[in-house]
Amino acid sequence: MFETTSINKKNITQQKLVRIGLGTMTGILILPVALILGTLIYKGAPMISFEFLFTGPTKGMTAGGIFPALLGTVLLVLVALLASVPLGVAAAIYLSEYAPDNWFTRSINLAIINLAGVPSIVHALFGVGAFVIFFGFGTSILAASLTLAIMTLPVVIVATRESLQAVPMSFREACWNMGATRWQTIRRVVLPNAVTGILTGVILEVSRTAGETAPIMFTGAAFFLPLLPQGVLDQTMALSLHLFVVSTQVPNMPEQLPFGVALVLISMVLLMNSLSIALRMYLRGKKKW
Amino acid sequence: MNNTTGSQDAGLAIHTEKLNLWYGTFQALFDVDLKIKQGIITSMIGPSGCGKSTFLRSVNRINERLGYVRITGAIDVMGENIYAPGVELVQVRKQIGMVFQRPNPLPISIRENVLFGHRIHNAATKTSKSEADDIVEGALKTVLLWDKVKDRLDTKATGLSLEEQQKLCIARLLPVKPGVLLMDEPCSALDPKGTEAVEELIWELRGQYTILIVTHNMAQARRASEECIFMLMGKVVEHSDTGKMFVTPENKETSDYIEGRYG
Ligand SMILES: Nc1ncnc2c1ncn2[C@@H]1O[C@H](COP(=O)(O)OP(=O)(O)OP(=O)(O)O)[C@@H](O)[C@H]1O
Ligand SMILES: [Mg+2]
Repeated sequence: MFETTSINKKNITQQKLVRIGLGTMTGILILPVALILGTLIYKGAPMISFEFLFTGPTKGMTAGGIFPALLGTVLLVLVALLASVPLGVAAAIYLSEYAPDNWFTRSINLAIINLAGVPSIVHALFGVGAFVIFFGFGTSILAASLTLAIMTLPVVIVATRESLQAVPMSFREACWNMGATRWQTIRRVVLPNAVTGILTGVILEVSRTAGETAPIMFTGAAFFLPLLPQGVLDQTMALSLHLFVVSTQVPNMPEQLPFGVALVLISMVLLMNSLSIALRMYLRGKKKW
Repeated sequence: MNNTTGSQDAGLAIHTEKLNLWYGTFQALFDVDLKIKQGIITSMIGPSGCGKSTFLRSVNRINERLGYVRITGAIDVMGENIYAPGVELVQVRKQIGMVFQRPNPLPISIRENVLFGHRIHNAATKTSKSEADDIVEGALKTVLLWDKVKDRLDTKATGLSLEEQQKLCIARLLPVKPGVLLMDEPCSALDPKGTEAVEELIWELRGQYTILIVTHNMAQARRASEECIFMLMGKVVEHSDTGKMFVTPENKETSDYIEGRYG
């Protein structure tokens, strides 16, 4: 009674075909990623050196390092975080812990999700109009970072809201029943349990912010600057834009250099992403409820 | 609903008059009039969905969180209208502790769980270590948990067994000094041994606190309470001495339910 029957055989062949088909699809998907990474490392790795990371470009950018761009990206990301994290976390706390569940709140949530889908070039134009011109920051780190902040705000809000909502309702009820106010409950119980999730969101934001080009191109990033920025109202170089410039805008560029820049940029992003994944795994392992 | 029940009877812990409650358009409580005496254990029984939890949740005003809940009528606790305009929600909740069906200790240490209520209500003053130790020891002793956990007070409360967690959930209410303890099926997540232990504890607390306990366990209601309330479809059918209700119930619905002819 346990032998294969003909129907059984058909199922088994089908099973095999499906498995092979799906596997091939996955392979096709992985291939470009592997190729990109492989090429980058193969061609870019020889470029990487202390000199490359910590000196400025020379000879019309065809030689020297990328320090101003690296520093610029770090600055842009930091200032963007300073603006978007407090704002985003506060908004998420309000939306998840205070706002009544009605059509108004729901439409705000919908708007936030849609904001995440707005193309970055549109954010760039908004940044030019709002921060460069209207607020008069000029093309500057401040204007560029604020543009990046607006663009990544939805990521922070959604990640924060999700990690807040992952904290069981019963914890809140326990606190309220002992007479804790909403704020006491949030500060003592909800936030401490949500903080790793919030951090994950923030790191994802960082990695996205670091790679963006369009939003900073018109608002604060420059092709080339002889000096490092002295304050947030100065322009800066940035890795993403620098990559664009050295790959397409400069004649007689040594072939390896753009690969080196790309490798540094992608390493930053990958590092951030792995950090966020590691954090999430750590969080999952630690969770007791 | 700013009207009081009118009576200032000091012997009553919870006194409701014409309490009606709606979830949106669905009416869950109908003209509930109850006088629950101070210092005794009152049990509340009735089939699933008859509004027992709803009643408990309106007594500590936790239902209001849902925007679509509407309440009319009056609820007095210890002779004071808890829905009066000047009433501070925090004070109401302090006075009325609640224990849930699923034990819900906070994901912090056992010690901090017990101290949580005390800390939030004394945030301005610093509690000395010895004072805190006394509070923890006192509360845990009251719930018969001290001997079991005294050597691991700094471990996470979520690692305790369900029975111990439920006892801890009762213990952490005590430092806030509530007058009334509401318990919503406090034993239903526990095994028979745990149930027995928690029941024993509830009986120990009798006299010091007014206890209103919801249960689906007839034997428990009979064993562990002095008065009993039977609810059906959002209405109070019968409220009398437990002994009397289980021997000579006044209503046919009550006897049907007690004898197991309802779900
Ligand atoms: N948050 C809510 N929103 C809408 N309806 C609700 C809500 N909570 C309870 N109800 C409804 O109100 C009625 C009473 O519910 P309640 O939870 O008070 O019953 P219960 O007597 O505690 O039942 P159980 O014994 O199953 O716990 C039920 O019909 C239920 O569907
Ligand atoms: Mg219930």
